[in-house]
Amino acid sequence: MKSKATTKAEEIRSLEISEVTKSFNHTRVVDDISFDVEPGEIFGLIGPNGAGKTTTIRMIMDIIKPDTGRIRVFGKSLSERTKDLIGYLPEERGLYKKLSVLQSLLYIASLKGLENRRALSRANELLERIDMLAHQNKKNEELSRGMSQIVQFLTAVVHEPRLIILDEPFANLDPVNTELIKEIILEQRGQGKSIILSTHRMNEIEELCDRVFMINEGRGVLYGELSEIKARYRRNSVFLEYEGELGELKGVVRRHDHYGSTELILDKTTTPQAVLEELIRRGLKINRYEVSTPPLNDIFLQVVGKANE
Amino acid sequence: MNKTSLIFRHEFLNTVRRTGFIVMTLIVPLIALLGIGVYHVVSGISKPVEEAEKIGYVDEAGGFDQFTSQGNITLVPFQTPDEANNALVSNDIKEYFVIPPDYISTGVVSRYTMQKELYPPPATMTAINTFLLKNLLAGQLPASTAARIEAPLNLVTVTLTATGEVAPEQGGFGNFVFPGVFSLLLVLAIIFSSTYLLQGLGEEKENRLIEILLSSVSTRQLLTGKVLGIGVAGLVQVVVWVASTPLLLNLASSSIGGFISTIQLPAHFLILGIIYFVLGYLLFAVISASIGAISPTSREGQQIVAIFTLPAISPLWFMSLLMMFPNNPAWIGLTIFPLTAPVAVMIRMGVTGIPAWQLATSIAVLAICIVGVLLITIRVFRIYLLMYGKRPGLGKVLSMVLKG
Repeated sequence: MKSKATTKAEEIRSLEISEVTKSFNHTRVVDDISFDVEPGEIFGLIGPNGAGKTTTIRMIMDIIKPDTGRIRVFGKSLSERTKDLIGYLPEERGLYKKLSVLQSLLYIASLKGLENRRALSRANELLERIDMLAHQNKKNEELSRGMSQIVQFLTAVVHEPRLIILDEPFANLDPVNTELIKEIILEQRGQGKSIILSTHRMNEIEELCDRVFMINEGRGVLYGELSEIKARYRRNSVFLEYEGELGELKGVVRRHDHYGSTELILDKTTTPQAVLEELIRRGLKINRYEVSTPPLNDIFLQVVGKANE
Repeated sequence: MNKTSLIFRHEFLNTVRRTGFIVMTLIVPLIALLGIGVYHVVSGISKPVEEAEKIGYVDEAGGFDQFTSQGNITLVPFQTPDEANNALVSNDIKEYFVIPPDYISTGVVSRYTMQKELYPPPATMTAINTFLLKNLLAGQLPASTAARIEAPLNLVTVTLTATGEVAPEQGGFGNFVFPGVFSLLLVLAIIFSSTYLLQGLGEEKENRLIEILLSSVSTRQLLTGKVLGIGVAGLVQVVVWVASTPLLLNLASSSIGGFISTIQLPAHFLILGIIYFVLGYLLFAVISASIGAISPTSREGQQIVAIFTLPAISPLWFMSLLMMFPNNPAWIGLTIFPLTAPVAVMIRMGVTGIPAWQLATSIAVLAICIVGVLLITIRVFRIYLLMYGKRPGLGKVLSMVLKG
């Protein structure tokens, strides 16, 4: 169960993007997009390759400037100061090979405005958290790929940013390290930080995100609470695992048998609640009854497919 | 500490800790040391041996019988070439020469030796020459006149100022040493520093750290910190080289040591030297940074940078021409052209005086170029640093610069 922190109406938004456009060589890469990120939420930025996600992130990071529109971070226009409030993990990444783990963390933390003593204690705290304190003096080139990726992730959070942007943070990570990063992301959210998660892995978006913004060909195509979006794209169906004879059910227009379960497609006027009541009345032994929600992956494919038609 | 200082410190420490940097810093004095060693060995071989040497001669012309002792070389007369030949074969003499009867009209002297050589040793040549000359002049002229004929010219040049007074700086090779060495070090520092800058940018582009850097600091802070950090590291390298020079010179031969005492180091040499060093380095640093920004790899960047570093070195190629014609209009052009100016001015200063207007124009052009390239670099830097794996064409970069 996700524990999204309460968003007070008067609380300043972590990020506001309003009507932002960006073109390269007469091609509009980002086309009039708008979305907000609230404090204490994990926000999914999703879209196919080349949709404009990285350009959007680079505009938030003030690496490139938008042609039109407005970007505000914690209520302020982008400046060198707002850069210090953001932690960023780019999709393709690396570390200074000759620097040690600790030196890398301290250098990035110092560039983000963290005072030396605080940076050292924060780096030690994070390295201890991931059980890498013993490796703090190892050169980055001596680290395994997994360890190196974890250290790269730490460079994005070492300076205690209030907004963390993670571009494909789980790419090429083994399950153990994936879980470790997820735990840290959830801890950060628990501390009221905002996290923007850009990934192709829809299961991770479903698992972690409170709200999503989907971009396709530079335009925003989906935006809102994940549960609300899923409800919007829901097929009116339920999954049922049972023992006994099911027979005909009123309001069920079709049945799909899957391995060990049956999906009942309901007509527009029948609710899952009504079907469940009928099944209980019939005395059927029910092992599983689940209101079907479409996987985000299906919604993604549906929306992108529709846009490309 | 502000962000520019942080990047400066990081780049400086990273550069001076590089194995390549440490090796290059030490290798230049070591090569010089090796050069001095080789010089000593070679000059030791070619030096006249301390023990007395015997050279035979056959005087068929007549009258060559005095002055047979020439330093360590003793000239031993023989009646016939056969006698001299036998003495040579039996190692009584090292070599012999024959003064033929028609020597006075032809000047031809035949020399016989068992050594294979490209050219007769200078000590032998001098001994034979002096022996012949002294015998020819003996009794015909006063001794002092004969000595003058032996060494007729001992030229002392005095440089005058515009008002006809003796100039405080008298020029000469002594004065050429400082600017010559300085220009060579400037070239080395430019090449190494631009290589470090390109390698650093290349690494950051290849491992995408550049995105984290640009999301933390401004392009101006990043560029300034990098250029100054690596520049100061380059300066440290030059200081080590310069500081090792007196030690090396002490180790050099006494003749070089004597020559060194003639070196004058007027204040304006030092001031202009520092000005051109700083301006020269800054120009090539900003050029390297902009090339680093548009090059997909540091290797490709280094190839492009070579197009710019070659003109920097080019005045050194024509140094002998410069010595002969220091005020040729071509040199004035090289003094003002920004890529060649630092080295051209350095070496011209050691050979001749450079008019103030040329120096002022040259410094102004350099400064304008540095600012111009810096502005262009800041414009293209941000965009092209994020374009991985592809290098934009020249047209595209130009249109980018014009459009902003």
